[in-house]
Amino acid sequence: MALTLKINGKDRNVDVDGETPLLWVLRDDLRLTGTKFGCGVAQCGACTVYVNGQPRRSCVTPVETLEGAEVTTIEGLEGREADAVRAAWAEYDTPQCGYCQSGQIMTAAALLQRNPNPTDEDIDNALAGNICRCATYVRIRKAVKAAGERLEG
Amino acid sequence: MAPYDKPETPIIASRRDFLAGAAGLVIAVSLPVRARAHKGGHGPSRAAFAPNAFVRVAPDNIITVLIKNIEFGQGPWTGLATLVAEEMDADWGQIRAEHAPSNPALYSDPMLGMQLTGGSASMATSYDLMRKAGATARAMLVAAAAKAWGVPAGEIAVDKGVLSHPAGHQGSFGDFAEAAADETAPEDPPLKTADQFTFIGDEKLPKLDTAEKSNGAAEFTLDVYRGGMLTAVVAHPNRFGATVASFDDSAARAVPGVVDVKQVSAGVAVLAENTYAALKGRKALSVEWDESAAESRDTETILSECEAAAQARGAIAHEAGDVDDALANAETVLEADFLFPYLAHAPMEPLDAVIERSADGGVEAWIGSQGTTLDHQMIANVCGVDLAQVKLHVMLAGGSFGRRAQMTSHLAQEAAEIFMAAGGDRAVKLMWTREDDIRGGYYRPVTVHHLRGGLDADGEIIAWEQTVAGQSFAAGTPFEAFMVRNGVDIMMVEGASETPYAVANNAVSAHIIQNPVSTLWWRSVGHTHTGYAVECFIDELLEAGGKDPVAGRLALMTDDYARLAGTLEKAAEIAGWGRDMPEGRALGVASVKSFNSYVSQVAEVSIEGGVPRVHKVWCAVDCGVAVNPEIIRAQMEGGIGYALSAILFNEITLDETGAVEQSNFHDYRSLRISEMPEVEVAIIASDEAPTGVGEPGVPPLGPAVANAVRRLTGAAPRRLPMIRNDFQA
Repeated sequence: MALTLKINGKDRNVDVDGETPLLWVLRDDLRLTGTKFGCGVAQCGACTVYVNGQPRRSCVTPVETLEGAEVTTIEGLEGREADAVRAAWAEYDTPQCGYCQSGQIMTAAALLQRNPNPTDEDIDNALAGNICRCATYVRIRKAVKAAGERLEG
Repeated sequence: MAPYDKPETPIIASRRDFLAGAAGLVIAVSLPVRARAHKGGHGPSRAAFAPNAFVRVAPDNIITVLIKNIEFGQGPWTGLATLVAEEMDADWGQIRAEHAPSNPALYSDPMLGMQLTGGSASMATSYDLMRKAGATARAMLVAAAAKAWGVPAGEIAVDKGVLSHPAGHQGSFGDFAEAAADETAPEDPPLKTADQFTFIGDEKLPKLDTAEKSNGAAEFTLDVYRGGMLTAVVAHPNRFGATVASFDDSAARAVPGVVDVKQVSAGVAVLAENTYAALKGRKALSVEWDESAAESRDTETILSECEAAAQARGAIAHEAGDVDDALANAETVLEADFLFPYLAHAPMEPLDAVIERSADGGVEAWIGSQGTTLDHQMIANVCGVDLAQVKLHVMLAGGSFGRRAQMTSHLAQEAAEIFMAAGGDRAVKLMWTREDDIRGGYYRPVTVHHLRGGLDADGEIIAWEQTVAGQSFAAGTPFEAFMVRNGVDIMMVEGASETPYAVANNAVSAHIIQNPVSTLWWRSVGHTHTGYAVECFIDELLEAGGKDPVAGRLALMTDDYARLAGTLEKAAEIAGWGRDMPEGRALGVASVKSFNSYVSQVAEVSIEGGVPRVHKVWCAVDCGVAVNPEIIRAQMEGGIGYALSAILFNEITLDETGAVEQSNFHDYRSLRISEMPEVEVAIIASDEAPTGVGEPGVPPLGPAVANAVRRLTGAAPRRLPMIRNDFQA
C-alpha cells in the first residue's frame, strides 16, 4: 500500500506491505539505519523511535497504523533534552559497541522531557526496557543524571 | 538451529602455516622500507602519506589509524590510536580510526598468525607495534620538514601535531605528508619512556567512536545496503545435527517480494527484496528435516553424562605430589560438583553479513568479522575465487563476546553459499533474527567440575583434585593441533590446570565429551567455569579450615601471583572487607588471573524474592600500563554486568526431543539497568606491558556473588544459573 509518513518533520512516501513493521520501512525503504533491530518482539528497545512524541517500539508497529503520525528517529532527535543527553553521553563515553545506543538515547531524552531531575530509580524504571548486552548501565545512569543536571542548570 | 558442515578444505593446514603468517607480519612491520604514496579518502587531489600499514597522514592534516582488531565495544579503535598519537605527538582532534581491511600479511595477530581478535590480546599485541608505527611516521615527517627548512632533524620539536624549529619555522603534519613519503623509514625509531607519555594514561581522553554511536551514524553490517541487494533469512533445523530432507517453497514463493528459495548447508534460505518479505517467506516455508544424526537428548541427560564422567580422573592436565594419598590421610575432605549450562552470547546485533560480486569478478564482503582470516578464506573457498579476489571489510559489530569468531566460519559460509546459490550476481545480505541467534548453537559448552579438597588437622589445604568434563570446541577443527594436548583441551582447563594457590598435592584432569550441539568460546572462555569452580571451592575450603577468605587466599598465593594478590588487597581495601554488614547482606570475594590480567572483585549481596541481588561490586584490576583508564573501567563494569546476567539468569536448555527451549530475550533474560549493581574500579599502577581488559572482568564476578550467597544462606550455588534456586537468607 502507498503511504505518506511524516518522518523527522518531512513527508516521505512509501509503497510497502501495510503489515511491515515501521522498523523495516525506516531501514530498508528510507535508509534511516540508526534505528536498530535487536529482537523483533519489543523486548530490547534497540528499535525505539517516537510516534507523536512518545517512545514506541518500531519493530512491532505496523506501518499501516501510522498514516498522518509524526515519527522521530535518532537521526531527527533534537532539542534541549537531546543535546543534554548527547553531551552527557560524550562526557562519560557511554557507548561500548553502540548498537543499542540509539534506543537508549531516545528513551533517555523522553524521560528528561517529562522529568528533568530523575533519581536513580526513575532512570532504572524508565530505561529497564532497553537492553545493553555490553552492560554499560553504570555510565547510562550517570549520563542521564548529568544530562538532567545540565537541563536544570 | 544450526549444525554446520565442517569446511571440506582445512582452513589452516598446519601450525607451520600459522607461523609463516606470523613471519610475514614481522617483516611487514619491522621493515617498513618504503613509504607508500596513497590516494586516500582525505584531501581531494594530493596523496596521503602512509609510512606503514597502520598510519595514514593526509594533506588535510587528518591522521587515520588503521586498527587490526575489530571494534565491538571493547575499545581497540581508541586504544590503538592512542598509541600512535602518543608517539607522533599528534593532536587528539586530528586522529581518526578505521578498521584495517582483511589482510593477514599485514594485520595478523603475532601470536595466532592470522587476523583474528581474541584472547583479550588487542592491546597486548599492539603496544610495541603501534607505538613503532607512530614513531616511524613522526620520524619521516620530521625528516621531510628538516629538508624543507634546511635544518637538522634533531632541532625540530613536535607538539600537538605542530612541527616547529627555533628559527621560526612551523608546519603541520599535513604540510609534510607528501614530502614525507619520499623519506626512508627508520628501522628502529626510538620510543618514548613512560615519563614522556601524554596520551597513554590520560583519564580524560575521549573515545573516537562516541559521537557516531550517539547520533545513529555508526555503520554496522546490518546498515550496509548495496544496489539491487536481496535480504536472506535461513530456516535452520530445530535440532543440532539435523539436515534438510526436503522442502516445499510454494507458499514462500507466493509471498510478494520473495525472489528465491535455496537450500544451503545450514538449512533453507529465503531471499527477498526486503527484510519483511524474507521473514514472511520463511514463515511460509515448509521443511522436512532428516534428524537421524541429530542430538535428541535433553540438557539434563547431557549434564548427567558429564557429571558421571567427572567422578573418575580424566586425561591429566596438571599433577603434583600425591593427591590420592593426601586425600586418604586428610583430616577433612570436602567434595563438590559444579554444573554449568550452555550459554548463548546474544550480542545486541544478531549475526549478519553482506556479500556482492565485484567488478573484477571477485567478491566483496562486509562482516563484523572477528575471525577475519578464517572468514576471508571461507568466502574464497565457497565462491571459488582466489584469496586476493576477496575484499573483506571488517565492520563495527554490535557486540560479540566471542560469537563473531568461529573456527568453522559458519556465518561467512552461510552468506557465501546463499550468494552463490542465488546466482552470484545480486548482492545478498544475510540476517539472523534473535531467534536464530538464541537457538543457533555455538554456545559456551555444558561443563561439569568435580572437586575434592583435603584439609589437615590445622585446617591447611593439603589436597586439591579437580576433574573437568565437557565439550571441546577445538577438537575436530584445525585448532585441535595446538589447543588439544594429551587428550586435554587447554581451553577447558585454563584457570584450573594452574591456579594462584600453593597446594602440595593436586591433580587436575579432563574428559572431552562431544555431542552434536555446537559450542564456542564465550567471553573469558574456560575461565567462565574454571574461575567459578576454583574460586567457590577455595572459599569453601578456607571456611572449613577456619580461614578468612581474603587473608586465606593471600596466604596461599604463590610468588607468581603477586600481582593478583595486589588486586585482592586493593579490592578488599576499597570494599571495606571485614566491616559490619547490614542485616541480610554479605560480601563475597574472588580473584582470577585471565589473559595475563589480574582481577579481584568483592560483591555485596542480599536475597530478594529468592534471587541474589547484587548491590555493589568493588573491582581491582592490574593490566599493566593503563593505556586508557576509562576504557579499562568501562570494561570492568561491562564485564561485571555481562557475567551477572549469565550467572543469575542464563541457560540454554534442550527439551526431551533435543529442541532448544529458549528463543528470545523474554526467556533468555538479559540483565537490565535496574539489576545492575554500582561498580567501583581501582586500577593498579604498573609499568608492566599492557594486557587485555575485554574478558578479565568477567570471571571473578560469579564466584564473588556465589561466595556471598553461601555466607548469607548457607547454601552454595553450585549449579548455574542461580535463578534455579529459591534462596532464603
